[in-house]
Amino acid sequence: MTAALSVDRLEVVFDRFRALKGVSLEVQSGESFGLVGESGSGKSTLLRAIAGLAPAASGSITVNGKKLGARRDKAFYREVQMVFQDPYGSLHPRQTVDRLLQEPLAIHGFADGEKRIQRALDEVGLGTGFRFRYSHQLSGGQRQRVAIARALILEPAILLLDEPTSALDASVQAEVLNLLEEIRRRRKLTFLMVSHDLAIITHMCERLMVMQNGEAVEHLTAGDLVERRVSKDYTRNLLRASDGFVRA
Amino acid sequence: MTATHAGLLSRRDWLLSERPASRMQARLGRAYVAWRRFSANRLAFLGLLIIIALLVVAALADVLAPYSPTFGDLKGSRLLAPSAEHWFGTDDLGRDILSRVIFGSRWTLYVVILVAVIAAPIGLLVGTVAGYAGGWIDAILMRITDIFLAFPKLILALAFVAALGPGIENAVLAIAITSWPPYARIARAETLTVRNSDYIKAVQLMGASPFRIVLRHIMPLCISSLIVRVTLDMAGIILTAAGLGFLGLGAQPPLPEWGAMIASGRRFVLDQWWVAGAPGFAILIVSLGFNLLGDGLRDALDPRSGDQ
Repeated sequence: MTAALSVDRLEVVFDRFRALKGVSLEVQSGESFGLVGESGSGKSTLLRAIAGLAPAASGSITVNGKKLGARRDKAFYREVQMVFQDPYGSLHPRQTVDRLLQEPLAIHGFADGEKRIQRALDEVGLGTGFRFRYSHQLSGGQRQRVAIARALILEPAILLLDEPTSALDASVQAEVLNLLEEIRRRRKLTFLMVSHDLAIITHMCERLMVMQNGEAVEHLTAGDLVERRVSKDYTRNLLRASDGFVRA
Repeated sequence: MTATHAGLLSRRDWLLSERPASRMQARLGRAYVAWRRFSANRLAFLGLLIIIALLVVAALADVLAPYSPTFGDLKGSRLLAPSAEHWFGTDDLGRDILSRVIFGSRWTLYVVILVAVIAAPIGLLVGTVAGYAGGWIDAILMRITDIFLAFPKLILALAFVAALGPGIENAVLAIAITSWPPYARIARAETLTVRNSDYIKAVQLMGASPFRIVLRHIMPLCISSLIVRVTLDMAGIILTAAGLGFLGLGAQPPLPEWGAMIASGRRFVLDQWWVAGAPGFAILIVSLGFNLLGDGLRDALDPRSGDQ
């Protein structure tokens, strides 16, 4: 089985600040891989570097056996799409849902746009009633569904998820996570998911990588995390923190 | 009565629907919300009425004007005071001032619309491209903008007219050339605030070209603040055109342009005040109208005002 996505000794530098210090990882096709760590650990930067939104200083990124250059081509965006953290910031404030979904189709020259938009909206559980709304007429969960529909409309094989539910409240969070899980199973997608919430990662991902200060701390499986078979102190601290505070 | 009332009500519901069924309905609904916010502002509404009146007067000048704007009775009606026959009096060549003010509205509109049509797109393009591209493209475009901004507007326009020759077309060109830099600045500032937002990043991730992003995703966000600014500037454009006309570098006689009319009335301003007073008052009213309209538009179109 070949890796859908592999990152080799990736370095990202912003103004002499090393945000990523030689991180490597490999995600198998159809797998769901988690990235965990505190704020500023570089997990979002890693995702953005893969998407081409953050400049890679050195190292390489390979998608489906093809090494990526500094500039991404159109074919790349049909393979890899991303869902952003904040659904309030990731939808254009002056465009209807219809317009938002049409844009990727227009860019890539799809002819059967009408059908695809219908299907995408159905897939994320938004009926056609939402099609001509502006983003300010949607709730947070609905917005994130639209963002997911937009990412899926080009039928990518790999989906990058940057804390897709951290801006939503708990009940909506579960809905969106279940939706993502269902779509992954149906479409056999590969997920690379960032979260600071260990519960979400253990629920969604088979394997995960713990990050701190732009470096990989350790690689684990979800089972390891549940049974607390961790070797590094940092991961242990994360686990303890995720248990919440205990009333003395 | 009740039937039409119900009809009106349901049409409003249709416009304000949270679930528009078509692209058209969504767009109309948005326009309706903006219109409601705009028309709630009495002063802005007054401004709109003034501008509509200006348009009507300009369109129907041939019908409304009681006398010819260019030919007068030199023998019998020079410098007559306002009367029932000549509402605004007559000028030194015996021409009816009311007719000249009415026909002058056409030239005012001509100047204002042409300047807006030339200057606003230039400013929008320069500003959004500079803001989105960044780096050396930004540096070059904004330094050019700075050079234009460094000159006082009227002086630069004077220099252009002096080089191009006097005339209303050249005045328009000169004003347009001098009025785009502020628009470029505004468009660039707006672009900088949105260029790193997630929704622009999302479009980049669709594989959109920079050209497409600027044209279809950034420009629409800049347009409303630009419209507001252009409307507020229209008063200034009218005044600059009048200033050039007053200095003899804009409209040439016998064109009934308001600035030029004030210039020719200057000689009699103490004894026959109406010669300069009438076109001056017209400039005042129209400038006021554009200013009120601009203020109202700012409230109605402001992209930052929540529920747009």
